[in-house]
Amino acid sequence: MKYIGVSHKRLEDRVLLTGRGRFVADLSARQQLHMRMVRSQVAFGRIVSIDTTEARRLSGVVAIWTFDDVREIPPIDIRLTRVGGLEPYRQTVLARDYVRYVGDPVAAVFAEDAYVAEDAAELVVCAIEELPACVSALSDPGEFMPGTRPGLSTEAAVLTKAYGDLEAAHRKAYAVVELEVAVGRHSAVPLETRGALAEFDPASGILRMQGAAKVPHYNRDQVARMLDMPNDMVHLIQGHVGGGFGVRGELYPEDVLACQAALRLKRPVKWVEDRHEHLLAANHSRDQVHRLRAAVDERGYILALEDDIYADQGGYIRTHGVTVADLAAAMLPGPYVVPAYRATAHVRLTNKTPAGTYRAPGRFESSFARERLLDAIARKLGRDPIDVRRVNLIPKTSMPFDRCVDTLGTRVVYDSGDYVLLLEKLLGYLRYDQLKAELTARRAAGEKVGLGLAFFVEKSGLGPADKAVISIDADGIVEVVTGAASVGQGVETVMAQICAETLDIAIERIRVVHGRTDRIDYGMGAFASRVTVMTGCAVKAAAEALRGKLNALPVDARSGTALSAEGWFRADHMAYPYGIHAAVVRVDEDTCGIKVERYIVACDIGRAVNPMLVEGQFAGGAVQGIGGALYEEFVYDEAGQPLATTFADYLMPTLAEVPTIEMLVTEDAPSPGNPLGVKGAGEGGINAAGAAIAAALDEALGQPGAVSRLPVTPLRLHRLLLGRQLPGSLAG
Amino acid sequence: MKPAAFDHVAPETLDQALALLVRHGNDAKILAGGQSLVPVLALRLASPSWLIDLNRIASLSGIRRLESGQLAIGALTRQRMVERSNVVALANPLLAAAMPWIAHVQIRNRGTIGGSLAHADPAAELPAIGVACDAILVAQSQRGRREIAAADFFKGMFETALAADELLVEIRFPKWPAGRAHGFLEVARRHGDFAICGIAATLDRDEAGSISDSRIVAFGVKDAPVRLAAAERALIGTCGTSDAIQAAASAASTGLSPRNDHHASSEYRLELAQVLTRRALIQAMRRAL
Repeated sequence: MKYIGVSHKRLEDRVLLTGRGRFVADLSARQQLHMRMVRSQVAFGRIVSIDTTEARRLSGVVAIWTFDDVREIPPIDIRLTRVGGLEPYRQTVLARDYVRYVGDPVAAVFAEDAYVAEDAAELVVCAIEELPACVSALSDPGEFMPGTRPGLSTEAAVLTKAYGDLEAAHRKAYAVVELEVAVGRHSAVPLETRGALAEFDPASGILRMQGAAKVPHYNRDQVARMLDMPNDMVHLIQGHVGGGFGVRGELYPEDVLACQAALRLKRPVKWVEDRHEHLLAANHSRDQVHRLRAAVDERGYILALEDDIYADQGGYIRTHGVTVADLAAAMLPGPYVVPAYRATAHVRLTNKTPAGTYRAPGRFESSFARERLLDAIARKLGRDPIDVRRVNLIPKTSMPFDRCVDTLGTRVVYDSGDYVLLLEKLLGYLRYDQLKAELTARRAAGEKVGLGLAFFVEKSGLGPADKAVISIDADGIVEVVTGAASVGQGVETVMAQICAETLDIAIERIRVVHGRTDRIDYGMGAFASRVTVMTGCAVKAAAEALRGKLNALPVDARSGTALSAEGWFRADHMAYPYGIHAAVVRVDEDTCGIKVERYIVACDIGRAVNPMLVEGQFAGGAVQGIGGALYEEFVYDEAGQPLATTFADYLMPTLAEVPTIEMLVTEDAPSPGNPLGVKGAGEGGINAAGAAIAAALDEALGQPGAVSRLPVTPLRLHRLLLGRQLPGSLAG
Repeated sequence: MKPAAFDHVAPETLDQALALLVRHGNDAKILAGGQSLVPVLALRLASPSWLIDLNRIASLSGIRRLESGQLAIGALTRQRMVERSNVVALANPLLAAAMPWIAHVQIRNRGTIGGSLAHADPAAELPAIGVACDAILVAQSQRGRREIAAADFFKGMFETALAADELLVEIRFPKWPAGRAHGFLEVARRHGDFAICGIAATLDRDEAGSISDSRIVAFGVKDAPVRLAAAERALIGTCGTSDAIQAAASAASTGLSPRNDHHASSEYRLELAQVLTRRALIQAMRRAL
């Protein structure tokens, strides 16, 4: 039967929609203790003392730990993009000597119930000698921990990606265009906050943590290493997960503390993060400034591109190392030829929540920077922005295209793509000339309305490998065991579709296992839009192997025999989806209100296993992108106090703020790098949202280049409009 | 976000509630719809020893049209009931127009009219409507009953004229005169958020079409709803022409020094007060014609 390419309903949904889902907060164990973190209320300072005396007196409090109690636990290590010299900046599970952001865990309370735990946490007295906070990556680097690590700079790394001859390009240049743009600090805010239930079984010696997500196998290895246990004695289990987006499922201090407490206190330990904590403690993201410079010829063809990136990493280097800045630098050139290039990324620690990846990390920022630059080039040369893009697009005949930079341990080689074709298709879909004419007429009638377009190239399917084991039992039930993780994206459905089509059986016979380190020894989890490509191809390989075994049996033995087979998929290179976002935006100049009238995501993903799920990914991504462009921002005051710590101040778009997301999903450039031809669909929906909305706002305001900073809040728009009345004033 | 320990008590009658208020006074918070109080407790911004839960006191709910033409709404009446009430739609179109602007349906299902008024959030809609309509807020204690004019009720941010032993039991809106027109608008970051600035306006006209009285009330800009007296004066005696509306809008900022926060600067709020005054008056004049 045909399953691949079919919008099959999600196998996950019956359980979820009938209220039978089990998220970590739904779980409890007998005799469990509740953990509550005591968090720093100051942004930067030296810890003088932490007095837990009064808190310990409270009835129901079992233990309170500070750094001294967990001194033997090493800092949380770097999972991705570990460049030299980052080790000293890693976060310990409880603050050692210094606090470096509001929310930094300084103590952990373990109590009989969650209320008592919170009562006790309030009674812990932290004496902290406050130091001036650094709240901008543009500030001069200072000292990370001046008293205990003198001389250690808060500039943790400077990364450079470069190729080609910049000087020669500049000698040929017709014009040079310079631009500074900034993307504000925002992040993923999954519906489900983080959580853990850790239990130690003295009979088997096994430590089990439920509440894992994203990368259970990697985190299992790390927990085992940090707590000095053998890997196979630690089990990480993922239940239902209410969204990940890069933030959920990384290894955080709280996960390790819950596991350590289960071992040491010999009782199960439950921790569920509240929303206030989530907004303070889970990874933030974005928060980059780009200073761009392009040398162009008279058509707007970019001869050379340079970018100085300032990335605000927050208080510590967490599991992502310098991934976000690295990806921004590697992916900045996007779909354009750019024969000479240099990007220098300054990764700087500040006194804000540590930062990590969030859906399209580094690309949301660099697409905004690049596409703003393309618009600026068009403006400088008096040319149409779409024409300038056409001049620069990598032609189909140049595929595969070696970008001549590395990221995530792989060479960036665009596997396939027909960028011009997608542009033509989108312009056709939009009835571009007619739409432009309509908008021109509306502007002539006094409306402030505009259209913006922005290109992007995504990456997906990060290797090196993935494994699947498929078994069929005597009753004909097929079990697919993967090392993938589901953060709600439909892994079970997609893997079952690939398995069902390959084995040519009904999908109802298939069960998919993921997110359990006790069921499979290898797994990479779910990140970097990798699961459909990597795990999907491993499932296909395993299903083919199983089919081979079945076919080798005598016909009468093919049912009723239990069999299993494993399959691997390995990839040295990623698969690169690409697309264009288009937005029609209306501004109410008098109130500084912004309305997104239309939003279109055009994206080529090679091949869609389940088109409905692909569209769901794009719709969700686009809404988050609109959030980052217009609403969401972790604002800090000068002392490093966060001002957006509840949903009253951290504003996520609701249905009222977003239009129906229109989609143009194409399959014109299947990936030659995998047998399914697929590319990941997780991040194309968000990638160019900031860029497209900015361009639309420029046109609506009749102020080309006005938007140089995201999010465009009413307050910033108000300043922009004032700036027009008072030339030369700030446009920030 | 677990509240500190408190004792919960749910009296069945108003008398019991008033007695509990006397007994626990400043150590108690009153729980009506809980849409503001419960988050405040969860964030431990308040840690009362007692919660006096009014939800079992049936006599505090209900919408009545009195013979005098007044509209009387029990303090515990859910906002959604007010929003959907035909009686309210006829008896006070301004109140009806403002209701859908309050937060979200789910919140209005639980939130009460009295709870919002007694909470006195400076950016809330209902206090402004109260002031614009010269509503009477009826407070009761064991000492007796007193009627407080809305203009005297809102003292500041989360501050009202209620004494510690007093409970807001009813809100009375004066009879809506024939020919009165109204306008209501607000600007918030998102649909359902507290207003950065909002305007509630009424216009009364004489038989010749000349404006004889007006209320223009801004909210979200100061610690409490504020009447824009200069804007009101600019309208009196005019026919509400676009020139008159423009003059009123320009006067809207007279004497106003709005608050400043990370969502909106004082200058931006000031401009919004003018823009929304103009638009609310245009709305009102369109309804009048």
